[in-house]
Amino acid sequence: MTLSELSLNQKARIIDFDSYDSVLETRLREIGFAEGDQVTILHFGPFGKNPMSLKLNDALIALRRREAQAIIVEII
Amino acid sequence: MSMIKDRNIRLALLGAPNCGKTSLFNALTGGRAKVANYPGVTVEYRKGNFSLSSLKSIELLDLPGVYGDCGHSMDERVAIDAIKGNLAGERAPDGLIFMMDASHITTHLHNILQAKSYGLPIILVLNMMDMAARDGIDIDIAELESLLDIPVIRCVAVRNTGRSHLVEFLNEWTSDILNDSASIPAIEKNSLKDLQSKARLITSSAVSQINKTVSLTQKIDNIVLHPFFGVIILAGLLIFMFQAVYWWAAPFMDGIDFIFSRLQLMVDSNLSETWLKSLISDGIIAGVGSVIIFLPQIIILFAFILLLEASGYMTRAAFLVDSLMAKVGLNGRAFIPLLSSFACAIPGIMAARTIEQEKDRLTTILIAPLMTCSARWPVYIMIIGAFIPDINIGFLGLQGLVAFCLVLGGIIFAMIMAYIFKKTLMNNSKSILLIELPSYKLPVIKDYFIGLLDRALIFINRAGRIILPASIIIWFLASYPTKSNGIIGTFAGKIGSFIEPILRPIGFNLEIAISLIPGMAAREVVVGALATIYSLNSEAIDGPLKETLQNSWSLPTALSFLVWFVFAPQCLSTLAIMRKETNSWKWPLFAFFYLFVLAYLMAGITYQIAVNLGL
Repeated sequence: MTLSELSLNQKARIIDFDSYDSVLETRLREIGFAEGDQVTILHFGPFGKNPMSLKLNDALIALRRREAQAIIVEII
Repeated sequence: MSMIKDRNIRLALLGAPNCGKTSLFNALTGGRAKVANYPGVTVEYRKGNFSLSSLKSIELLDLPGVYGDCGHSMDERVAIDAIKGNLAGERAPDGLIFMMDASHITTHLHNILQAKSYGLPIILVLNMMDMAARDGIDIDIAELESLLDIPVIRCVAVRNTGRSHLVEFLNEWTSDILNDSASIPAIEKNSLKDLQSKARLITSSAVSQINKTVSLTQKIDNIVLHPFFGVIILAGLLIFMFQAVYWWAAPFMDGIDFIFSRLQLMVDSNLSETWLKSLISDGIIAGVGSVIIFLPQIIILFAFILLLEASGYMTRAAFLVDSLMAKVGLNGRAFIPLLSSFACAIPGIMAARTIEQEKDRLTTILIAPLMTCSARWPVYIMIIGAFIPDINIGFLGLQGLVAFCLVLGGIIFAMIMAYIFKKTLMNNSKSILLIELPSYKLPVIKDYFIGLLDRALIFINRAGRIILPASIIIWFLASYPTKSNGIIGTFAGKIGSFIEPILRPIGFNLEIAISLIPGMAAREVVVGALATIYSLNSEAIDGPLKETLQNSWSLPTALSFLVWFVFAPQCLSTLAIMRKETNSWKWPLFAFFYLFVLAYLMAGITYQIAVNLGL
């Protein structure tokens, strides 16, 4: 499943990236997303559950659902 | 070797956005560059100098924040070009100070492995060690140094004691660079993916999380990012801000008003009836004084804005409104530039450099002038003060509410125009949001007051640089060749009567038409110009501008004038910065045209409705 399908406070681990958009993948990696990292969605935006804020290791990151679709996760 | 010896050592500050580079830069060089708690404050490189005991002088480069080494957006490319020595007229630095927010070391450590490939001597400065300790993060510096094969220095950039260790180290390191004995790290040849796994291995052995309690930042987020209460808090903050501008400024305004009316009285009673007296009294004191009087409001406004910027709340506000921005096709990164435009569109338009998609950047630049810049406040406050009754609706003042609605009107039209631009000119390019939410911080008191003082000085400086000369010119044009037939006989009246017929359908009179011309220089000049024109030509010369306006403008005219200023195309410096940032005259001319059409249409509609309602 992708990061965009997670529900609130569900713990997940990143296992892969959708390589469809390589620039986006680089962007995501540079800001800190990596295979094996643990993510938890903390908040959804007030309208249409978009964007989402999540805890990635020791950082808090906000991104839109579209960007979250490029990150493949498994629930732990 | 000797190549470096005969020149200064140049070091560059590199690192992720919002890790404290500019704070360190200011602290070391004594600079006053803007600092705040959100990513993307610095969008240009800047240089400063500082001295160490062992060397005469070190040149320090402060760079925009960058996560990797790709340079996706304009500001990131500046940082990377500066390091590679690709900026015109600038040589590459001799060493890199890589800064990292210690409390985010696990997520960011791979960034320094990437930076090794620049092939320069490099050190890792772990900033905000105090914050990391508060979050229960324990970093084994010696272990980290040996695993990274790079010197690692702990630091709290905003405190003297927090920097002492770094300054000590720089003393030695710069000598090494000078002697060409500073070690240059081996270049990491791995892919970004492999660098990440290497970095994660390093942190797993050098970094440990002692207690895993929920951080204060997360607790605050639970409230301010709540889907319902979060929006209420954001709206409440904004409404309170505009109310406070009215509640708190009055006594200070009265004080300034008193000083200027005394000055005018002094001039009036001590100088004989000559042109000089008229120039000083009607031209300079009336013109400049009518604008300076709004200094208290400007200070109150910025007291709030700077507090929000320093706290870390700005990115949360961006989060809350992002889905609305996404709906009109705006980039998530557009929020900060648009917000900066509430101070002035110029830094706002420059801040759009952080938007990597060129079409999104253009859209943001085009709508930035619709944000209510601080130069509009003198106009709003003067007209609202004269025409909107000072009554309360519930516990909110009507005047503050009207100001809030004008600001909101600008935002709504910005969103509408963004939607139209994205659908037509910009071909619906896709836009993204990917932003780090900083930890909440208390503002550094010194930075806060320096920021506030700078804003006040900018306002006063504009009064001297733009409004003073403009007032003198207007005084001349509105006095000669003769004002015996009133304003119509003067140069100003003749010029104004060319434009006045065009503006008549939207309720503007000759005086407004005249004031809009010098108002091209800066929006608040309109207030000074009106003050001078009315001071010269009104019968009740000593009456304050407020009463003069009440007597000579109808309410529909006043409302139309307010709506005009929501769009107000006139500001030469905004058009000039658009030209610079887009490298063509096409976009500034287009912006001027669309803003003019909007201003004319909306002011006209307002005027006609108000007249028909019998206001």
